[in-house]
Order: sequence, then structure tokens, then C-alpha cells
Amino acid sequence: MIQTHDLRKKFGKLCALNGISVDLQQGKGVSLIGPNGSGKTTFIKCLLGMVLPDAGQICFEGQSIAQSWDYRKHIGYMPQIGRYPDNMRVRQVFDLMIDLRKDCHCGALDEELIEEFGLKGSFDKPMRTLSGGTRQKVSACLAFLFNPAVLILDEPTAGLDPIAAEALKAKVLREQQKGKLVLMTSHILNDLEELTTDVMYLVEGNLLFFQSVETILEQTQERRFAKAIAKIMTNQGQNQHIPSLQKVVL
Amino acid sequence: MRILLRYIAYDILRSRMIIAYTLFLLLMSATMFSIESNPGKGLLNLLNIILIVVPLVSIIFSTIHYYNSYEFIELLLAQPIPRQRLALGQFLGVGTALALAYLIGVGIPVLLTGFSAAALSLVLTGVMLSFIFVALALLAAVRTRDKARGIGVALLLWFYFALLYNGIVLFLLFAFSDYPLEKAVIAFVSFNPIDLGRILVMLHTDASALMGFTGAVMQQFFGSGWGVLYAVMIMLLWFGLPLWGSVRSFSRKDF
Repeated sequence: MIQTHDLRKKFGKLCALNGISVDLQQGKGVSLIGPNGSGKTTFIKCLLGMVLPDAGQICFEGQSIAQSWDYRKHIGYMPQIGRYPDNMRVRQVFDLMIDLRKDCHCGALDEELIEEFGLKGSFDKPMRTLSGGTRQKVSACLAFLFNPAVLILDEPTAGLDPIAAEALKAKVLREQQKGKLVLMTSHILNDLEELTTDVMYLVEGNLLFFQSVETILEQTQERRFAKAIAKIMTNQGQNQHIPSLQKVVL
Repeated sequence: MRILLRYIAYDILRSRMIIAYTLFLLLMSATMFSIESNPGKGLLNLLNIILIVVPLVSIIFSTIHYYNSYEFIELLLAQPIPRQRLALGQFLGVGTALALAYLIGVGIPVLLTGFSAAALSLVLTGVMLSFIFVALALLAAVRTRDKARGIGVALLLWFYFALLYNGIVLFLLFAFSDYPLEKAVIAFVSFNPIDLGRILVMLHTDASALMGFTGAVMQQFFGSGWGVLYAVMIMLLWFGLPLWGSVRSFSRKDF
């Protein structure tokens, strides 16, 4: 569904993405994992056309996305930090998004998550009065609203209460089973466990591996996903071949 | 673009700062016309305040607004709309809101106290200056990642156009006072939208008679239909060029 080929991006001297080639397929739950500053968010932003790569190609269903915006109608994005205009009411934020996408979206809106979060009760509140968690709920609902074929979730469960986090996870799982591609990042490995079919592991802009969960469990000889990833991360930390990680350890 | 304009302008019109700005302008207009019995003089006093306040509020407000809605702009970038349209919607939303505040705060009282060419040119000048300084703010903000630095650049731009530029022109006039500079002054004026606005309004009042030989030359130039057209065209350039630059930078920027 989404292919990237040798994707490169530098911010000044910092190399955020160093030749990333992956093929993200329909019906997969891909987790982007890596230490802070490893290029996860940059990768996501490249897919969304927010960051323009220095070199390399991104194809969405076989079409290059360079200079194109139309493909984004198939993507639902939930940002890491959701900040909205202060004086807009929750209802208006939804109306704005619906108005913006009405030309390319026909079919019913997916309001399942709005119901589950009980967000209808806050529809008349101005955005500035909402707590961080409620804003996060708004972001999540907006990502699912248009029934997109691809969901990109940047730290989806950060800031959500346990009940809301569970509801969101159940929703992600349901959508994945409908054959949608879900790409997500999180530092809470337990949250990712049930949703992940494949892991993309980034360090310092390099793709260390892109493997299915079964393969990872097999190779690390662990039974739980979180432990397996933790094991890999610690091993990477001790790996002398990555000079920058070495610096962190010292 | 129209959708964004509507929602963004609506959001801004409900913010406390814009309401305070409108009330301040209303208060200023009301005082200027109540302490001066001659509406022409009141208009000139008001002009001097407007030429300082409108550019300052426009440039600072839109810079802060841009940085505060950065995350929201990121979310909008992920929607299926082209970047140019998003940048234009952002610009028009902020510009329309500020222009509306100006029309309510100055336009209504000025046109109520007496409809004249000077009053009309004052209203138009204010609206154009609002849009011009929103465009300049957007240009500075899009090109500067850091919020504090962006606001600093905006303040510097205002300082330059509102104060420094006149100082430089006065210095040049003084230094080259042996030469006939009347034509050059017209060129100097074109390089500053605030001065251009000032001339446009003043030439329609009695004060133009007090401006000496330069004033007479200007009266001759800007007083004609062509002169007004020239001034408006230059104002439009002042608004179009920064807007074009900021939309261009916005389209090529990494968020």
C-alpha cells in the first residue's frame, strides 16, 4: 500500500532518515519503534507530506506522492500533540474537518469512537477549556472519522485514561481486521503488543530491521512482545558498532 | 480556502485580544472626534494613531497566531488540501478578522461623523495596512522556526516601517538639501506602505496645504486620478509580494 524507497532526510547536520526502504501492506499493524530522536516522527511526517525528503521516493498505491495531496484523503492522522484554535468549539473542529474533506469523502462518517469516548457531551465546549486527554480524544476521533484506508497514529495512547486507551486499542484492532493499514509509534510497548503484526525499528535514522512479530519472538526466544523488544533494545545499547549509542552509555 | 477563512476568522473574532483591539480603536475614534470640533482635524489625529497601532497589532497578532496554531496547521497539512490553499486560507482568515475589527472600530465611527474623500481613504488605508502587515508577518513567521525570534523579527519590521524609515528619509533629505528632491520623495514614499497610506489620506485633507513645495509636488502627483491609482497599485504590490513569498516558503517548508 505504501512503499518507500531509499528515503533520506537531513536537518542541518543531523541525519533524521538515512535511506529507509520499506513496504507497508494492507491489513498490517506496523509499529515504529526506536529511541527518542531516531526519526520516527520524521518518517511519519514524510508519509504525510509535511516533511519533504531530500532524496528517495514514497509511493501510495503505486503513485508517487511528491507534489501530490489527493492521496491524503485515504489517510487518517492522529498527531502526537493535539492543539486546536482556542475559541473553536469541539463541534466546530469536527465541522471544519468535515467541510474540508467533503469533496473527497462520500459515505457515512465513522462516529463509533465519539460515542465510546462520550465526546458528544463536550461538543459545545471551547477547545481551550479541554484537558490534554480530552484533546487527545478529539484527535483520535478525527483520525477515524472518515473511514480512511490508512491510519497513522503518533503516540496514540499517551495522555489517555486507561478506559479510553482500551477503547482506542479495540477500535484500532477492529479497523485492522477490516483490512486497513495501521502505522503507529509508542514508547509504551504493552500498548502496542496486541496491535502489532510487524515492527519497524529505527535508530539514528537507520532502519535496523523490519520484521514480523513471530520472527522477532522466535529470534529472541521470548514469549512476550514487550520483553523481546526490550531485549533487542538493550542488546543494541551494548552494541559497540553504533558509535552514538556508545556515547549515551558512557 | 474559503472554508478555512471562515473558521479561522470566526475563531479569531472571538479571541479576547481582537475584541480589546476593536474596543481600543472605537475608543480612539470616539475621543478624537469628540475633542476636535473640526472633523478634518480629528481625522488627522486619528490617522497618526492608526498608522502606529494598526501595523503593530496586525504584525504582532498574526505572528503570535501563526506560532500558536502551528500544531493545528500540522494537522491541517495531513488533510487532503494543497499547501498553497492552506497558506492562503490562514492568511485570509487572520487578515479578514483584523480588517473587520478595524472596520468596526474605525470605519463605522469615521463614516458616521462625516462621509468625505478623506474619511473613505482613511478607512481604505487601514484595511490595506492590516492586510499588508499580516502578509509581512506571515513571511517572517514561516521563515523563522523559533517563536521568540519570529516575534522579534516582526517587531523589527514594524520598527523599521513605522519609525526608522522616516528617520532615514529625513536624514537623506537633510544631507542632500541642496538638490531638488521632490521627485525622489515620491520614490521614497513608495518604499514604505505606512508613508504611502499617510500621503493618501493627508492629500485629501486641508493639511496638504501646509506641506510646502514637496507637498505641492505630491499634490500634483498623488492628487490626480493616476496618482491615486499608482498609490493603490503600490499598496497592492506591498501586499502581493510578501504574500507570494510566504506562500512559496510555506509550500517548501518542513513541518
